[in-house]
Amino acid sequence: MKLDDLLKHTSEWLRGTGPKSNIVISSRVRLARNLDKKPFSNWANAKRQKEALTIIKAAVENTSYLKGALFVNMKNTDELDRHFLMERNLISKEHMANVENKAVVISDNEIVAIMINEEDHLRLQVIQSGFKLMEVWRMIDSIDQELSKYLSFAYSPRWGYLTSCPTNTGTGLRASCMLHLPALMLANQMDKVLDAVGKLGLTVRGLYGEGTQASGNFFQVSNQVTLGRSEEDIIDNIERVINQIVVREENMRNSFLKRNREMLSDRVFRAYGTLKSARIITSSETIKLLSAIRLGVDMGFIKDIDQRMVNELFILTQPAHLQKIDGKVLSPSERDARRADLIREKLIERKGKKR
Amino acid sequence: MLCDICGNVEATVHLTEIINDKMTKLHLCEGCARKKGGEMEEHFGLNDLLAGLADFGTQLETDVSTKATCPNCGLSYTDFKRTGRLGCGDCYETFRKNLAPLLKRIHGSDRHIGKTPKMVSKKLKKVVSEEDRALELRKKLQEAIRMEEFEEAARLRDKIRTLETRPKR
Repeated sequence: MKLDDLLKHTSEWLRGTGPKSNIVISSRVRLARNLDKKPFSNWANAKRQKEALTIIKAAVENTSYLKGALFVNMKNTDELDRHFLMERNLISKEHMANVENKAVVISDNEIVAIMINEEDHLRLQVIQSGFKLMEVWRMIDSIDQELSKYLSFAYSPRWGYLTSCPTNTGTGLRASCMLHLPALMLANQMDKVLDAVGKLGLTVRGLYGEGTQASGNFFQVSNQVTLGRSEEDIIDNIERVINQIVVREENMRNSFLKRNREMLSDRVFRAYGTLKSARIITSSETIKLLSAIRLGVDMGFIKDIDQRMVNELFILTQPAHLQKIDGKVLSPSERDARRADLIREKLIERKGKKR
Repeated sequence: MLCDICGNVEATVHLTEIINDKMTKLHLCEGCARKKGGEMEEHFGLNDLLAGLADFGTQLETDVSTKATCPNCGLSYTDFKRTGRLGCGDCYETFRKNLAPLLKRIHGSDRHIGKTPKMVSKKLKKVVSEEDRALELRKKLQEAIRMEEFEEAARLRDKIRTLETRPKR
C-alpha cells in the first residue's frame, strides 16, 4: 500500500455508521507511551531519535493488529502529503515539522495510527465512526498490551506512564468524540454546554484538536485529566457527558422541527442550493454549508444523499485533499474553483444515479 | 506562517508589542525566538503556563532538585521550565519534589490509578517497595468503595494507615 492509495478509500471514521452517528461523527482514543531510559523525542539528539525509531519499527512489525500496515517515514513525504495526513486525522500538526526521524504507521482501514517520535516516542490512536468510545478503548488497550511485550515503557507505580509533557502523565490517555451540534448552536445554548463540560474536567476544541477553532458547528470533546483516574473511569465519565449533550441536541432538533420547521428547511435547502450552484467556494464556507446539509439529511429534508456522502465531501474538499486529487499544487483561488466543481460533480452525479 | 527572521521554519511564537501606542507584530520560530534573548522568554505562551505552575512548587520548598540535572538524560529543571517538557522517564524521579505539586495542580491528583504495562507488572511482583504496596492497597480501597464493600474498605484503610505511619527505614 502506498500513501496515495488512501485517497481511494473513505477513512473508517468518516463512514457515518455506528451508534448516534447523526450527532457523534467519530470516537477516538490515543495513548502516549515512551521507551524506558531513552530520552524523549524532543530532548533526544538525531542519533537517539533514530535509535528509538528503529526499536519501535521492529516492535510494530511484530504486532498482529498492524499486519500489512502502511509505514511512512515522514522525511520521505512532502508538504502536501503531510497536510493530507493531517486532514485525515492520522498525524498531528506537530508531526509535520522536524520530520527527520519521525514516522507514522497506518492500518489499512485507517482505524489504527501510530505516530513515532512525535512529542512522545509513541502516540497510538484508534478512531472509529459513531459513538463507541468503550469499544475503541478496548481495542487500543489490546494493541498497547501487545506492544508492551516487545517494548519496555517508561512507567512508575506512583506516576503511571511517564510522558514528555506532565499534562499527559499517568494513563497517557486522551479520549475524544467529534460532535455535530447545529441545533444547540442555533439555539444559542452552546455557551451553557461548554461551561458545564469545563466544570467536569473535559475540554472542547475545534475539528483538528489542539489549537484549532471550532467551525461549522463541529466540536471535539475530550478529557483533560490523565492522572488519578483509571482508564475506564475516564472513558465512562466522558461517555456520560456526551450522552447528555446528545440528548440535548436531539431535543433541540425536535423542538425546532415542531416550532420552526420552515425556518429550518429554508436554511437547509439554501445551503443545498448554494453547494449545487457555486462556482467558487472557500473551505470555511463549505464546512458551514455541509453542516446545514448534514442536519437536513438527518431530519429527512434531503432524501437524495446520505450522511456518508456528506462526510466524504467534508474531507475531499479540504485543501490538501483537493490538491491530491488533482495531483498538483493549486493556488488558493484555484482551489476555491476546483472545490466548487468537485462538490457539484459529487452532488449532481449522485442524483443522476438515483433516477 | 514562516518565521519573520529566518524565513524557513514555521513560526510558533507570536509576539505583539505595544510601545508608545505603536503596535508591532512578530512571528518567530522557536529557535529564532530563543536567540532573540531574555526579553522574549516571558512570551513563550502555553509552555510558560506550565512553567509558571512549575515555579510555584519551588517557592515553597527550594531544594536541590531545582539545581540538579537528570543523571540519565542531562535535562535541568531550568530546561523543563523553559520548554514545559521533560527529558526522559528518569526526570520524574530526579525532579520528584517539584513535580509532585505540579502534577497535583494539573490533575488534582499525583497518584496513578490505571493500567500497568505487562513487563512491569511481572517485575513488580518481585520487588514491591512499601510505597508501591500502599499504592496497591489504595487501588483496592477505591475498588472496594465502588463495590460498596465497606467492611473490606475499612480493613484496607487501616492497613494503609499502619503502613504510612511506620517510620521510614
